[in-house]
Amino acid sequence: MIRNWLAAAALGSTIILAACNPAPEADAPAATETAAASSIALTDPWSRETAEGQNAGGAFMTIANTGTAADRLTGGSTPVAGRVEIHTMMMEGDVMKMRQLADGLEVPAGGTVTLKPGSFHVMLMDLKQPLKAGEKVPLTLTFAGAGTLETQLEVRPAGAMPAMDHAAHGKDKPHG
Amino acid sequence: MADPFPELEDVSPQQQAEGLKTLRLALWGVVVLVVGMGLVAMLAPDRTPPASDQAAYGDLIGGPFSLTAPDGSRVTDQTLKGTPFAIFFGFTRCPDVCPTTLSRMAQLRKQLGKDGDKFRIVFVSVDPGYDSPEDIGRYVELFGTPILGLTGTDREIDAAVKAYRAFYQKVPTKGGDYTIDHTASVYLMDASGRLQSIIAYDESNPSALAKLKRLVG
Repeated sequence: MIRNWLAAAALGSTIILAACNPAPEADAPAATETAAASSIALTDPWSRETAEGQNAGGAFMTIANTGTAADRLTGGSTPVAGRVEIHTMMMEGDVMKMRQLADGLEVPAGGTVTLKPGSFHVMLMDLKQPLKAGEKVPLTLTFAGAGTLETQLEVRPAGAMPAMDHAAHGKDKPHG
Repeated sequence: MADPFPELEDVSPQQQAEGLKTLRLALWGVVVLVVGMGLVAMLAPDRTPPASDQAAYGDLIGGPFSLTAPDGSRVTDQTLKGTPFAIFFGFTRCPDVCPTTLSRMAQLRKQLGKDGDKFRIVFVSVDPGYDSPEDIGRYVELFGTPILGLTGTDREIDAAVKAYRAFYQKVPTKGGDYTIDHTASVYLMDASGRLQSIIAYDESNPSALAKLKRLVG
């Protein structure tokens, strides 16, 4: 009985911890090793169209780390926004919660992380101009190991979903 | 054969005392039983099912509200009466759930074909700090289908959110800014303003479409 209770409590706290800290934590690799071994590639970077007066927009992409050490997306910059943040999103019951990842987003060695609606995203805050569908928007991302990477976001319609993930609102549940 | 109804005077005082004791115990037994049954009735969950979920929800969710449309006009629960509507609470700085949901509603409306214009889509911004009525008007135009964008003062928004038993909460972020946690469900209200059903954020499209068909049917 007591063992069951303890197990339930442990499970409960694990879930709470997981919810509070969705970015997988790993030991930060030594800086020199990261710089030498990290190799980051960005695939299909895109954003959603915004309206005039809309203060923020989300950007999405797949980040692959072909290096032998984990790396970490920590932030970035773009001429179209005042600041760039890395966010995650989670559902608690029927309530959506969005949180900035203060420590950035880890990309494991030899692994990929997909930023997409219902999950991680880059937030373009304090937009200086609307993002127009069809346009390309420059974005510089900063990684703890790989340094800065330049990319171009393809602006798609406001409700666009990832090109390879049409099922996100079909049979599959959104990942949140 | 022993007399089954012995006269009282035939019973010894000792037997009388025994009889009274038995009676007292029996009465206490009845008291314990009655109180116990009462407690069980009080504490046990109500096993009587509601007439229907719809009726149970319908009485709880939805109600009076008064908000501002992009053109500055007032929109209330009364002005919306006569046409079913799908209402969703969010904010334009929401990069994810809000555009995903509004775009999905637009797609579902398309799938309804000619019935698609038999209901309104209503988006209520809970962020008047960033979203003026005009901002919301431009924002809802992104989705390529008529959407009524509303907002109001904090007090008006609180009243509307409360009427729908929804939730929103400003959460401070680094640098003095804030984000907003909010209900991500879409409430489907019938022409009389009563809740018919709810589309959850993680609900499948076929299920959501079936609910909309029922709404406009």
